[in-house]
Amino acid sequence: MGIPSSGKNLFPSNISGLPTWYIIRVSDNGYQAPGNFTHIQVLFNKATWEEDLEALEPGTVVIWNTDSKMPMTREDVISYPVPMTKIARTLNPKLARMVANVIYVGVIAELLNIDQEVLEKAISKQFGSKVKAIELNSEAARLGREYARDNLTKIDPYLVEARESETDQFFIEGNEALALGSIFGGIQVLAWYPITPSSSVAEGIINWLPELRDKDGKATYAVIQAEDELAAAGMIIGAGWAGARAMTATSGPGISLMQEFIGLSYFAEIPCVFWDVNRVGPSTGLPTRTQQGDLTMLYESSHGDTLHIVLIPGTVEECFEFGWKAFDVSERYQTPVMGFSDLDLGMNKWACKGFDYPDTPMDRGKVLLTQEQLDAIDNYGRYRDVDGDGIPYRTLPGSGLDPILYRGTGHDEEGNYSEKPDVYFELMARLKRKIMNSADDLPEPLFREEKECEVGIVYYGSMENIIQEIDDILEETGRKVSQCRVRALPLHSGVKEFMERHETVIVLEVNRDAQLNGIMRKEMPTELLTRIHSVAYSDGLPPRATLYADMILKVLEEVGA
Amino acid sequence: MSDKPVRAVKLNVINEPKDSYTGGKSSLCPGCGHDQISSVIINAAWENGVEPHRIAKMSGIGCSSKTPAYYLSQSHGFNTVHGRMPSVTTGAHVANKDLLYLGVSGDGDSASIGVGQFIHAIRRNVNMVYIIENNGVYGLTKGQYSATADKGSKKKKGLTNETQPIDMCAMAINLGCSFVARSFSGAKKQLASLIRAAMSHKGFALIDVISPCVTFNNNEESMRSYGYVKDNDVELHTLGYIPHFNPVEEIEVPSGHYRDITLHDGSTIRLETISEDHDPSDTMAALTALHEAEVAANHVTGLLYFDGSRPALHEDLDMVDTPLIDLGEDELRPSKEALNKINSGFRG
Repeated sequence: MGIPSSGKNLFPSNISGLPTWYIIRVSDNGYQAPGNFTHIQVLFNKATWEEDLEALEPGTVVIWNTDSKMPMTREDVISYPVPMTKIARTLNPKLARMVANVIYVGVIAELLNIDQEVLEKAISKQFGSKVKAIELNSEAARLGREYARDNLTKIDPYLVEARESETDQFFIEGNEALALGSIFGGIQVLAWYPITPSSSVAEGIINWLPELRDKDGKATYAVIQAEDELAAAGMIIGAGWAGARAMTATSGPGISLMQEFIGLSYFAEIPCVFWDVNRVGPSTGLPTRTQQGDLTMLYESSHGDTLHIVLIPGTVEECFEFGWKAFDVSERYQTPVMGFSDLDLGMNKWACKGFDYPDTPMDRGKVLLTQEQLDAIDNYGRYRDVDGDGIPYRTLPGSGLDPILYRGTGHDEEGNYSEKPDVYFELMARLKRKIMNSADDLPEPLFREEKECEVGIVYYGSMENIIQEIDDILEETGRKVSQCRVRALPLHSGVKEFMERHETVIVLEVNRDAQLNGIMRKEMPTELLTRIHSVAYSDGLPPRATLYADMILKVLEEVGA
Repeated sequence: MSDKPVRAVKLNVINEPKDSYTGGKSSLCPGCGHDQISSVIINAAWENGVEPHRIAKMSGIGCSSKTPAYYLSQSHGFNTVHGRMPSVTTGAHVANKDLLYLGVSGDGDSASIGVGQFIHAIRRNVNMVYIIENNGVYGLTKGQYSATADKGSKKKKGLTNETQPIDMCAMAINLGCSFVARSFSGAKKQLASLIRAAMSHKGFALIDVISPCVTFNNNEESMRSYGYVKDNDVELHTLGYIPHFNPVEEIEVPSGHYRDITLHDGSTIRLETISEDHDPSDTMAALTALHEAEVAANHVTGLLYFDGSRPALHEDLDMVDTPLIDLGEDELRPSKEALNKINSGFRG
């Protein structure tokens, strides 16, 4: 019908014994985050009945299953009782409990004025070639609709109307977009260990690889489900060392386990890609809820002085783009690259304009494949900064070209073991120079700037999906606010320039400890630090615009901006 | 011109002198069993005629894992992190299946911190030689017992080990490892045959080598001291390795029963039975031999178990013949048309 809408599945860390919620947002403005309150609630599940009912604003529409044998205790809501299970039983006694879910779909469709034809098209799409399931569910929707027509008197104001449809858009989860991006990046080795919410990245890759990358029925890739995250990290480092494009996908607990190996790949300068689909920490945390709590960990993973490139997509299109780009960046800089997504972006479906084909050929970095190439390098050493950019040249195992024993111990420019003070100092300085030099080569920040340039918001990642709504709320209060979306670490010089243009800068993020704020405070020039303020909040739920907008207004009031 | 006759340098089948297989100077304690193993590795690689640059030396952390610096300096190597060499080798192996992966580890590395990765590398049948230089102690941290230290072992100073040891060979056999051998660092001839055979084997080849620590575990009460092992070592077979490129080289005339086993690359391993007619395809016989040796406080050495029919990891993955690292962009990046098809497919 062309109506801008989005859906979010809220689910616990469980298979089928605990309740789940599904939130649908319908918005002419295209807002995709959950709104700040519910307009229509379907009550079906006994376990959450009282709590859900209690939380509703007066006047909310409640469509409830009278067969749940739970009381309607609110008199200030618009109540539509429906015997969902009984109706379903007339259709198929055995499947009544499941089919009852579609009875209310029919009821809602009737109340909101959605055509039966539209419903049946959606049902057919859902069940594919399962003709019986399509027939059964279409009939269930029809029965629900008939019940509503015959027994309910509509007293609420809600209707949906068809809109001019944007036909080139489709819905896709960030994880699947990332999976496809990795394949178009030429992934050669995937090693992974299952963990929510990242498993669907690996499963997406596994699912698409045969169609996209088999050659005469043989694989041009290797996929290994490792015994744990440590082994997954070891495998991609081994593959990167051998000369392949290798990646793993995990979440925060996995990155915690991979710390030692991340340090090895940083110090031995081995390309490999780690994707973290962030869930709520610390520890096991809230495994099926969303957060931006791993940013600092990714940036500074492993013991000792380390620093890593982090790519931060904010849309499904960018999940695809950064999926392929991560390999180029990793091989160019001979260093682990961290991809930073989150559960909200990764596991929910978002509107997508379509994916753009990579606009640059693969960058395999400074790899010497022949004796001639090696001879052409003046004063070659595996870890010597020949070009002055901090990035050395490398040769591959099996080539016979200047073989060395790679190691995680201190080493000189030739790769030999060394504990000499000046050798260690220079090596660490070069590594830092190498990573910091990458900043302006990484995806640049995106700006939406007001003429006034008074207040600027710096944000990142999946916050992109609610920033417009936040901006609209602030604008209603008379605030004109610029925005800068950070898309990589280390910070692009454009972020500093944005700060120079704005007197007050608020760093907006979904965590407790204001992690990007901390990184900016460490890396921005001292004279700019008084401009930085933080709005950081995380409760596990997908971010809601009203909540963050209120916090921003409060901070602005406090600082007198 | 000198009238002294020039002695021709002996070359192997690919015309390489042994110097092409040597490495840097060892920094281990003088007399360390590990150095004997390094010299056997050099000989085995030379005698097998492997191109030195086609070998990848892999190790973890510990005294044993330092040794790749002491052999094969023409090979790339990777001294990884403690106990994690199997996973790094697994990744390297699938990326470039055509190299000969030579892993060297210790008992701390493989039996304690890395026991999980050791197990799963066997489970996947990663195509590699896996040598454990087993001395029952942590040398680098100055002599703590490892998980393979025999119960009742006593250190020069201090306590008796009261903990049950892990037998890496028995564990490997139970896991279905396709090549399981035990040897002793002083038994150079047997060890050379085993390493040469392991290099030809397709799949995970384990050689657990008792390698006495001269500094921390060489008093007579220790079951891994040089003197103890030399007196109590029961050799299960003597081996003659028959390389496929030169069937007459190095054959020893067998006495008594013998058995020939054809390895994956066409070469043959010949086992000569000394104590009994051990059938290396018999899991129970191998475990029994280990058990009987344990009861008698002996070390049974030789090829304990062998199965040449198990597919290795790279075969299970059904990859293209070209090693993955040699594939070009046209094979790795799907076409623009493929992406257009995906976009329009999603648009429905």
